[in-house]
Amino acid sequence: MMEKMIFGRYVPADSVIHKMDPRSKLIIIFLFVCIVFIANNAITYGALVVYTFLMLGLSKVPMRFVFGGLKLVFILILFTFLLHIFLTKEGPVIFELGWFKVYEEGLRQGIFISLRFFLLILMTSILTLTTTPIAITDGLETLLGPLKKVKFPVHELALMMSIALRFIPTLMQETDKIMKAQTARGVDFTSGPVKDRVKAVIPLLIPLFVSSFKRAEELATAMEARGYRGGEGRTRYRQLSWGLTDTMMILLLAALTVLLIVFRT
Amino acid sequence: MDISLKNVEYRYQVDTPFERLAIKDVSIDIPAGTFLAIIGHTGSGKSTVLQHLNALLKPTGGEVVLGDKVITADKKQKNLKEVRQRVGIVFQFPEHQLFEETVEKDICFGPMNFGVSEKEAKIRAREAIAHVGLSEEILEKSPFDLSGGQMRRVAIAGVLAMNPDVIVLDEPTAGLDPRGRKEIMDMFSDLHKQRKLSTILVTHSMEDASRYADKIVIMHSGQVYRTGTPLEIFSNPEELIKMGLDVPEVVKFQQKLERAFQRKFSKTCLTIEEITEEISSFLKRGDVQ
Repeated sequence: MMEKMIFGRYVPADSVIHKMDPRSKLIIIFLFVCIVFIANNAITYGALVVYTFLMLGLSKVPMRFVFGGLKLVFILILFTFLLHIFLTKEGPVIFELGWFKVYEEGLRQGIFISLRFFLLILMTSILTLTTTPIAITDGLETLLGPLKKVKFPVHELALMMSIALRFIPTLMQETDKIMKAQTARGVDFTSGPVKDRVKAVIPLLIPLFVSSFKRAEELATAMEARGYRGGEGRTRYRQLSWGLTDTMMILLLAALTVLLIVFRT
Repeated sequence: MDISLKNVEYRYQVDTPFERLAIKDVSIDIPAGTFLAIIGHTGSGKSTVLQHLNALLKPTGGEVVLGDKVITADKKQKNLKEVRQRVGIVFQFPEHQLFEETVEKDICFGPMNFGVSEKEAKIRAREAIAHVGLSEEILEKSPFDLSGGQMRRVAIAGVLAMNPDVIVLDEPTAGLDPRGRKEIMDMFSDLHKQRKLSTILVTHSMEDASRYADKIVIMHSGQVYRTGTPLEIFSNPEELIKMGLDVPEVVKFQQKLERAFQRKFSKTCLTIEEITEEISSFLKRGDVQ
C-alpha cells in the first residue's frame, strides 16, 4: 500500500544532482520557492517548467516512479484547478454550458496556480529523492549555523529532524506489520462502510503508539549510554564539500531568476 | 484444509526502482494435518511464503490454493475473511499486536471480527487462556501490565480463539527463555496432535524443526532448496553446514562420535533418546574400547 510513496524517500543513483552538496541544494530549493512567484505569463512559466524537468532529468530518478508516487498530489492539483475554474469570474466567457460558465481569467489562473503547485512539489521531491535525510539535516544545520549566535537551538532542531526522518521507514514497516497482523485477525482496512474503517484504525494506532514510546525511550537510553551531551564541541564524521557543480547550479538558478524578471509582464 | 503453493513468485514494490524478487518458483504441498517446518536464513523468503498462506500477499506469479479458494496474480479476490478465519497466523513478536483494555477483550477481538457472538467469544477466551498456560485471573488485566512472556501467550491465545484449521507460526519462541520456548512449542505440538491442526512453523531453530515437524522445507535465496522428512534432511549434515545452516546438536554429536571412533551408526539420530540407545547398543556389543 505504501510501497509507492515517494515522500521522504531516497533513491540512490550516480548523478550530478546526487553528488551536489546538500547546502547548495537547500539554497536552490529555497530560492526556487521564492522565484516561482515571479512568473506570471506563458514564457516565464515555460522557463520554470524547462528548468524543473532539466533537474529531474539530471537526477536520473525514473520519471515513471516519480509521477507514480505523486498520484495523490495530482488529485489535489486537479482540485485546485477546478476550484479556480468554478470560482473566478473575470474576463470574457470562453465556454458556456447552461448555468455553467468558464471565464478566461479562471482558466488562466487555474492553469498557472496548478502549475506552480506542481513545480514546487516536483522540485522538493527531487531534493528528497536525491539527498539522504542525514545529508539534508547536516546541510540545514550548517546553513542555520549563524543563528546559534542568537541562542537558537540549531543543533537540537537538526537532531530532531534527523531522528524524525530516520524513523519514517521504521514506522512504515511497523504499520505494515501491525496492519497485516490485525488483518489476519479479521480486521478489514480496505473495504466496508466508512464507520467500520474508522474503527479499524484503533487496533492499528494503539500498538503503533505503544511501540513508538518504547522506542523513543530506548533511543534516549542508548544515546546517553554512548555519552551524548548535545551539540557543544561535537565534531562531524561526514564533511560537506562545496564543489564547482554547486557554484554552477547556483549560477544557473540566478540566470533563471534574471530571465523571469525580464520576461514577466 | 489443504494448502498448496504452485510455482509461486512474489516481487516487492513492482514498478519502482526498489523492485525486488523475494521468492520464485516455490511449490509446497501442505495437506491437512501436517506439521511443516520452513527453515532458512534471514532473507531467504520464509516470511514472504508465510504471508501467502492466508492471502495477506497475492502472488505476482503462480497460484496459491487455500482449501477451495485459488489465489492468482490477476484474479480479484473477494471475501477473504473465511480464509483468514481458517488460517491463523502468529506473527513474529505477536505481543506487538495487543491493543485492548483487557486481555479478555483482546482475545475476543479476533473471533468477534469473524462473526462469533460475544458470549461464545468469552467462552473461547477462557479455553484459549488455559491452553497457553495462563490463569483466568489474567483475563481482567490490561495486556500492557503483563510481562513479555505473558504478553506473547496472550497474543497466541488471541489467534487460537479464532478456532483456525491451520496455524502458521513465525518464530513463535524468538526472545523467550529456554523454558518458555519448550512450553510454547510443546503446546503447539499438543494442539497439533489433539485437534489435527495443520501447523506451519517458520524457524531458525533446527532443534525445533527436527523435534516437532513431520516435514521440513529448506528455503535458500527465495527458492525451495530441499523438502523432506527430518530424517532425510539431517542424514546429510555436511551439505547443510556447507550452506551455512546449522544442524541439531544431536546430529553434530553423532558426527563427532562417528569421526572419533571411525564407525558409522546404523541411522541418523534426531533426539537424545535415540542417540542414547544407539550408543548403549554399541557399547553392549563391545565394538568400542
